[in-house]
Parts: sequence; structure tokens; C-alpha cells
Amino acid sequence: MSKESLAISQNSFYNRGMRTIDTKEISNAVYRMALRAGLRLTEGCHDALKCAEALETGAAKFALGTILENERIAREEQMPVCQDTGMAVVLLTLGQNVHLVGAGLSEAVDDGVRRAYRDGNFRKSVCDPLTRKNTGDNTPAHLHVEIVGGDKVRLVFLPKGFGSENMSKLYMLTPAAGREGILDAIVGTVRDAGSRPCPPVYVGVGVGGCFDSCALLAKKALTRDVGTHHPREDVAELEREALDRINALNIGPQGFHGKVTALGVSCEVAPTHIAGLPVAVNIQCHCIRCEKETL
Amino acid sequence: MKLTLPLSDEVLLSLKAGDCVELSGTVYTARDCAHRRFMELLERGEKLPFDPKGAFIYFAGPCPAPAGKACGSCGPTTSARMNTFAPTMLRAGVKGLIGKGEMDAATRKALEECGAVYFAAIGGAGAFYGNAVRKMELVAYPDLMSEAVYRLEADGFPLVVAHDAHGNTIY
Repeated sequence: MSKESLAISQNSFYNRGMRTIDTKEISNAVYRMALRAGLRLTEGCHDALKCAEALETGAAKFALGTILENERIAREEQMPVCQDTGMAVVLLTLGQNVHLVGAGLSEAVDDGVRRAYRDGNFRKSVCDPLTRKNTGDNTPAHLHVEIVGGDKVRLVFLPKGFGSENMSKLYMLTPAAGREGILDAIVGTVRDAGSRPCPPVYVGVGVGGCFDSCALLAKKALTRDVGTHHPREDVAELEREALDRINALNIGPQGFHGKVTALGVSCEVAPTHIAGLPVAVNIQCHCIRCEKETL
Repeated sequence: MKLTLPLSDEVLLSLKAGDCVELSGTVYTARDCAHRRFMELLERGEKLPFDPKGAFIYFAGPCPAPAGKACGSCGPTTSARMNTFAPTMLRAGVKGLIGKGEMDAATRKALEECGAVYFAAIGGAGAFYGNAVRKMELVAYPDLMSEAVYRLEADGFPLVVAHDAHGNTIY
């Protein structure tokens, strides 16, 4: 048997029941999602902004009117809705019956980001933390991979601006803090952020897990669109109560005071240690951009 | 209210926190890194890359300009990060700051002392502001890419007077 045919037969043996995907396809999907994300808001975000505009008066209404007009200009002129086209956060759910071939997965994702930020005339906002030297192409992306059953690849692309990211917080509460402690952490974070993160904000909350996974839960919560609620009723109730308390803060759109300080609160939960109650609050500005694709 | 730069002291002093305005004229972009370099220049007694007398600074870093446009998306960044630099810039002659979100007490005091005004642009409306730029020229620090200093010709920037020259604030 030749070396080549041996390789083929081994390949087909190991690949029984597997679906082969070239990472170039993943790179292209990231490219498409990044380009779309930069230019448009999610449907839930658009609807929530329209509702907010109807509720506000004065400078707050002026701000929301400008934001909605901005969305139209972005669409018609094909310009990014916000100049902060963000750090590229990619959540990838990989079916374990997928056999990836081609370039390394991280490399492929970065390649999609690099091409999209170049072709879309997006801002390159990533730099070394100490020298502050720009990486020049908005890479590396933040890639989170979860492996599940099946043969699909699900991708979520979230360009994350930093005016809002900077206002995010992680709390390691004690179990005694309970539900009220969680609400204080959420509302306190939004209160401390004030006018800085471009309110009305969208608030991603992670409750449980450990130090690192809690923060990721909060980020994942932001990929659920505005206007939806967690399927667990007690969690959905926490979301509603947090939103009511936040909107009573009277920070309002852009900090100009008013009824709408947040467009929504999205909370994800995970089991935690008996000794702890981690709460992460990830702030998203009103410019919610999030794209999804399944391969 | 429509305003065209440069603004006289009389106009600057007449503005009140909460006024919604449309601003046109020359503004200079500068963010964190550019401001740090400005401070180094001023400490050494050297000149800034633009004349600060009466100038307006826009805390912004635009996207690259697409074909046929003067400027890419160009909304404001969070002004609070410039709190440490703003009083020095105001004392050097800057008369207007444009950004988003509240600035600190030291900056508000400097605005009052210098008869200058802080305007809030609408954060997240990058396409609106970028589309309202008629001309864009690099002034300094090309290595900073989008964070470089650019001279922009603004044509009707929607702004809200956030901290006026009399110590009043919209926040």
C-alpha cells in the first residue's frame, strides 16, 4: 500500500460519522458576521430604542433621536454605527462530530477578524497593554470554545466597545448577601458608571460559577437579545426587578436624566461553591451589535 | 441653536447647561495617548502640534475613511478618562471640549476659570458625526493610528452643553 493511500484509509477510519469542516469556512463566517455587526444594531436593541425615545423628553429625547438617525445613516452610508467597532468576541460551540481541517482554529478566527476590520473600514482598537502599541489589525479575537454533541458549528460574534466594558465589575459576594446582594451589585455597578458607558445600557449579569466563568457568563448574557427573558422564572424575575431599580436611578439616556437608564438586564446562572456567590456585571452600551451563524 | 467656530467669549458665556446645539467649524481630535504627549510637551515648555488658543478638542478616534468620504465613523469617547489632562489644556487656551459623559470637579472648575465649555456629543452615533465631517487632515502622531491628532471640519455636529462656563451641569 502506498504511503498516500494508507493515509487516506486511516483518515476515513478515524472520520467515520464525522463531518469535515475546513477552518477557512469558519474564518469566512467570522468575516461575514463582523462586517454585518459593525453596521447594524440587533432587532431587540432597535425596538427598545424606539420605545425609549417615545418615553423621554428634552436632551434625553434629543440624544435618542440622534441615535436612531445614526442607525439610518449607518445603513444608508454603509458606515459603522459606532466608531468603537470593539474587541472581537467570538463564542464558538463546536459539535464533537466535527473534524476541523486547515489552519488552526484561533488563527482562522483571527484571519476573519483581520479581513473584516480592513475591508469594513473599522477602527483597529487593540493594543499592547503596557506599550500601548496598536496590533494594527484588531487581532487577537477573544475566542471562547465550548464542545457539545452533534456535528454543527454555532458562532456568535459580539464586537465589544470599551466605554462600557470599562464600567464592568466582578463581585465575590458571600452566600449571606443573597438575592438582595445580587441586586445591589447590579444596580450599584450601573449607578457608579453614571453617564460614562453611553446609557441607556444593556446589562449582562453572571451569577455563580467561579471567578473566571462568572465573567464569561455575564458576557454570554449580552448575546441574548434585548426584550427576552431567562427561561427560569426566578432568574427572569431578578432581571425584571434589577431593570426597574436601574430605571429608577434617573441617569437616563447619555446621563441627561430620564426614565430609561437601561434597555434591559440579561442574566445567566451557573452552580457555584457552597462558600461563595460570584456576581459579574458586564455593561454594554446602547449600541448593541451581535451576529449569529450556524455552519 | 447653530454655532460656528471660533466662538466669541460672549457666546461661550451665554451657553447654558442643557442647551442643544449644532456646531460647525474646526475641531482637533485627541484621546488618551495624544493627551499624554501634549502633557510632556507642555512640561518641557514646548509647543503643541496645534495652536490651543480658542481651540476645540474632540475626544474621538475615527474609523478609517471609506472611499468618497472625508472621515469614517467618528463619535465621542468617554471624557472622564481625560479628566487628568483637561485642566492643563484649558489653561493653555482651549475653549471647548467635546466628548461623552460627565467630567470631574477639577475640570468643571477649570472651565469656569477659563470661560470655556464642555459639550456632550451623543455617544454611539459614530456614523452621524463621521458623515458630518467635511474635511479631515492629520496634524500629529500618525503612529497612534485612529488615536492620532486630526483637524476636522465639522458641519452641524449635534451637541448638548453639558458643563457650562458658570459651573452648571446637565448631569
